[in-house]
This record gives sequence, structure tokens and C-alpha cells, in this order.
Amino acid sequence: MSAVLSVSSLGKRYGDLQALADVGFEVCAGELVAVVGPNGAGKTTLLSIVAGIQPPSSGSVSRSPREVGWAPQQPALYSKLSVAENLELFAHLEKVSDPRAAVARMLDQTGLTARAGEAVGRLSGGNRQRVNVALGLIADPPVLALDEPTASLDPGQRERLWQFIASLARAGTAVLFSTHNVSEAQRHADRVLVLADGRLLFDGPPRSLLLEAGEDERGDLERALVRFLAMRAPQDVSA
Amino acid sequence: MIWLLRKDLLILRRSRLLVALLVFYPIAIALLIGFAISRSPSRPRVAIVDETPAGETIQVGGQRVEVSQYARQLFSQVQSVGVSSRAQAVEEVKSADVLAAVVIPADIAARISSGTAQGQLEVIYNGDALEQSLVQSQIGSALAQANLGFSEQLQRAAAKAIDGLLRGGNLGSLGAPSDLIGLEQIPAVLQRVLAHVPAGSDRAALERVASFADFAAQNLSVSKKVLSTVGQPIRVHSTLLHGRRTPLNTFAVVVAVSVSLMFVCVLLAAGGVALEREERALGRLIRGLVSREALLVEKGMLAAGCSFVLALAMLAGVGAFVSLDWSRAGLWVVALAFGALSFGALGVAIGALAREVRAASLLAFLMSLPLAFLALVPSGSVSHGFYEVIGAVSFLFPFKAALQALDAAVNGAAPSIGGSLAHLAGLCVIFGALARFGLRRAD
Repeated sequence: MSAVLSVSSLGKRYGDLQALADVGFEVCAGELVAVVGPNGAGKTTLLSIVAGIQPPSSGSVSRSPREVGWAPQQPALYSKLSVAENLELFAHLEKVSDPRAAVARMLDQTGLTARAGEAVGRLSGGNRQRVNVALGLIADPPVLALDEPTASLDPGQRERLWQFIASLARAGTAVLFSTHNVSEAQRHADRVLVLADGRLLFDGPPRSLLLEAGEDERGDLERALVRFLAMRAPQDVSA
Repeated sequence: MIWLLRKDLLILRRSRLLVALLVFYPIAIALLIGFAISRSPSRPRVAIVDETPAGETIQVGGQRVEVSQYARQLFSQVQSVGVSSRAQAVEEVKSADVLAAVVIPADIAARISSGTAQGQLEVIYNGDALEQSLVQSQIGSALAQANLGFSEQLQRAAAKAIDGLLRGGNLGSLGAPSDLIGLEQIPAVLQRVLAHVPAGSDRAALERVASFADFAAQNLSVSKKVLSTVGQPIRVHSTLLHGRRTPLNTFAVVVAVSVSLMFVCVLLAAGGVALEREERALGRLIRGLVSREALLVEKGMLAAGCSFVLALAMLAGVGAFVSLDWSRAGLWVVALAFGALSFGALGVAIGALAREVRAASLLAFLMSLPLAFLALVPSGSVSHGFYEVIGAVSFLFPFKAALQALDAAVNGAAPSIGGSLAHLAGLCVIFGALARFGLRRAD
């Protein structure tokens, strides 16, 4: 399968702090890739550079920002506007050829058609996050970047959102998401990228990470990640 | 950018309380400032106790001036409250029904008529330091005005008595016989008598008397002018060095409109930019959908447009009540447009740096209000050094330049409008650059 997104030697520096160092990977169409790692590992920085929110200090991303759908951790929506108005605004800003059709499609995909006229500020956290993701998809991008998409959702809302994301992946969208919830990565991701101190320590299927950490294939990925970081991080950091 | 503008107008339309506050609050503040500037201080409410007997007069030469005329002069300078006794006056002052009380003592006429003592009034007041200062100043001014008016009446009486001495006639009022010769007539009469008097010691003596009478008549007529000079030794003549005189009420209109323009524009622009961050939409927008510069221009233009319309409507509305030169309306538009754009740039800079709507609004408010007051501080009212500091601060922000531009546009006041417009344009560029710097990061 050919890569729809290539990230090469990405680096980001904030003053003396090296937030990302020499990060490179590829994502294929329809692939769900999870970015995991401890706090301050550089997950959000990586996703925001891929989405074009901030420029890298070094390295490159193969896609322009307009080709990457973006859904930040906190929904980026206008709370005074309705669901449909938010979608319509970004459809126009994204210069979608048929904005009304795109809005109808996204309302249908997110299951929010009945609430299209409701102000976003009155929606539940789960529905707001669905609109947030829908805004990222309004221009039908080949790649979708999601920063902690389920962070503020209850289990039911999380499950519905994952079903929605899975349907996008099945339709061919490459999904790159960050998460603190490693079990979600184990359940939904085809591949896992492990970041620590801005460095990419692992790139492979969750099963491989389990094996690398000395766990059983059906073991707990969270425990495996902790063990993996304990094994790898010191030598990598010192390197 | 059109869709962004459409979105902002939609949000504004749905934020009715905010819009109402943005419109009515600055108008209320502006009207209060304008009212305070244009309205002359009200006459102080003063209790007056006239203890002089009814019909008491002061005698000046053969003329009599009623003491009650002095009381009338005093009444015209204050909002008088008639009280019958000093004790009642003290009560009125204590209860704060009046700012002060003035007691005209019974012996005032006798003291003035004596020619050896001044008349004396008693002023009673209380209150805190500020109030005392205000009362002393207002009462002092009122008494000075009353004294001046009364002094003119005494001068007129004295002048009439001098005229009687010079021209003669019926001077019964001076205790003299009727049809008395005037001092001016004596030299001519003596000349006629001298024509029949042979040379000798009597003639020489008569010639000396004639010379004295001539000299005395001339100098006594000069004494009337001296009396007027003593009564009001210094008159004030005002000269305006440059520009033309701005009537206080039209200047108040300019201040009111400038304040409204500033508040609406700065608050709207600051809030608009900060809202993009607060809604976390900024990151989504600047990733290729809208450039940072376009976003700032849109917010600034929206705020400038709204405040321009409001300010122009205010100016036109007030113009129905205050005489404005409508032939200068083109200049009003130019001055308001430059002012609005400059305030818009200041607003977006505040919004970009503050990051939250509440912080941006608070910062905009905290900056705008003192700037407005600083710009209105007159040059002579504070020390030179402090005024220089105020001038430097005012120079760095658009309010004073906008005020001067609008004053020049509406009233033709100095300095000329061109310099103020150039100043506003410069500030617009500087604050625009500051806003762009504040927006360099999307988070």
C-alpha cells in the first residue's frame, strides 16, 4: 500500500527545548496510526506540525495543511453558531466545490442531521467532538489528524466516535491520532508510534510493541509501553 | 474573508447583550463626559441673611445707594435661599441644605458710609476638604462679582456728586444752597469780574483764585476716570494665538463622539481577535484557510466599520441639537475613518496579545478610559514635567490624535487635520505590526 503521508526528519525547537528530534514515518490510506507516549513526549507538537498549525524547525511533511484534516483536542468550534453554520463556514473557507452537499454529507456521517440547527454551545461534549472531527473532514482530506479525540468523552461517546473514525478509515482516509489511552490504541490502531522526549522510539503494530516489551501478544499494551519506555528511553536519551 | 466577516456579524447579532453594552455604555460615558465638559458650574446654593434695616442706605457724597442693592447683586451670583437669622443660616449649612451662608451685618452701611472702615460680611460653611475648597472658591467668586457690581453703583453715585460740583446747579443734597455755581463756571465768571478790576493786589489775588478754579475743575473731571480705575484696576482682554475658538459645546460633542468611537472599536476588535483563540478556531483558520494578516484586517475593519457608523450617527444626531458646520461633513467622515482604523488596529493588538475575551475586554477598557482622560488634561493644570509625560503617553495611542483630527474636522480647530491623520495612520501601522506579532502562535 502506498503512503499518503510522509514525515521526514521532523524537528521542533522552542528556545533551548528540543520538542521533536528527527521524527520520520509514513501513513498509508485507510490506516489508523496511534501516537502514544508520556506527557511532554511531543505528541501534540507532532500532530500540530502535520496539520500545519505550526512550522517545523527542521524536516518536512509531504502534505500541505489543506490536505490534512485537523481536529484538535479541545473542539475548535464557534459556540454561537449552529452545527450546520459551523460546517458551512469551513466548507466555504476550505473552498469545497459544493458546500451545501458537503455539509449534508458530514451531518449524515456524524449522525447530527437532526441537530443541525442547534447552537454548538448547547451540544454535549461528545456531539461537539463529532462536529470537531466533521470540520476536519469537510474538505474530504486524504489524511485526518486527531489530537486526543476521546479525551473528554464518556465511554458511550468514545465508542460511537471510534465507530465513526473506523468507518472513515474503511473509506480510505488515513487517520493519525494521539492518545493517552493506550488501550484505545491497542483496540483501534493498525500501528503505534511511541514518542518520548521528542524522539520516535517505536513504529509498528501494537502486537510488535507487546513482543518487544516481553509481553504476550494478548497482553496489556499499557503495561508493555511502560516497560518499553523503561527499557529504551534512558539509552535513547543518553544517545 | 467575506465568510469570516459574515460569521462575525452572525455572532454579533446573536450576542445582543454584548452589542447593547457596546453601543449604550460608551454613549452613556461619552454623554456624561460631554455634559461635564460643556456645562458651566451650577450656581452654589447659599443662604443669605440680610440683617440691615429695610431701606438702609449708604451715602456717597449727596447720593444714596440702598444696601438691598448689594444683596440683589449677591443673589444674582448664587442660588439664594432667604433665611431670617444667623442661627437659621447655621442650621441650613449644618444640614447641608445649602453650601454656605452669607450674613450681611446690620452695621455694614454705617461702616461703608464712614469712609474709614470697610464693610464686612460673614461667610459660614462646613464639609470636607474638597467641599470646603469648592465652596470657598465659588463663594469667593460670587462675592467678588457682587462687590464689583456694587462698587460700580457706588462709583456712579460718586461720579454724579463730582458732576454736581463741577457743573453747579441745585446741590441741596450736599447741604449747599440751591443754584450754586459749578467749579467749571468760576474761571469765566472771574474773568468777567477781572475786566473791571484795576491792577493791584486785589486783581492779583482774584487771578490766583481763577487759576486755581480752572486747575481744580480740570483735575476733578479726571477723578471720575480714576474712580473707575480704582474700582476695577485690571480688565482682561483675551487673545487667541492660533486656530479658531472652539465653542465648548461643540468640543464636548467631539469628545463624546471620540470616546464612543474608541470604546466600541477597541472593545469589538480586541474581543473579536481574542474570541478566535478562546473558541480555539484560530489554529484551524490559519492553517492555510485565512492568513494571519487577513484575519487581523477583517477584525479591525469590522470593528472600525461598526464604530464608524455609530460615531457618524452620533455626530449627525447631536448635530440636530448643537450648531455644527455641515459643510465640513466630508472632513468628519475622513477624521472618523482614520480614527476608527487606528482604534481598530489598537484593538486587534490588544486581542492578539491578551488571548482571552475577558482579559482582552478588561485590558481594552483599562487602557481606553485613562487614555481618554489623559488626552483631556489641559496644559496648565499640571506641572510641566508631568504634562510632558502625559503628552508622550497620549502620543503613543490614537485617542488624542483622533480627538484632534475630529476637532479640526468639526470645528476647524488647530492643529491642522493633516498632521493628526498622518499620526493616526502611523499608529495604525505600528499597532497592526504589534497585532501580527501577538498572533505569531496559534495556541
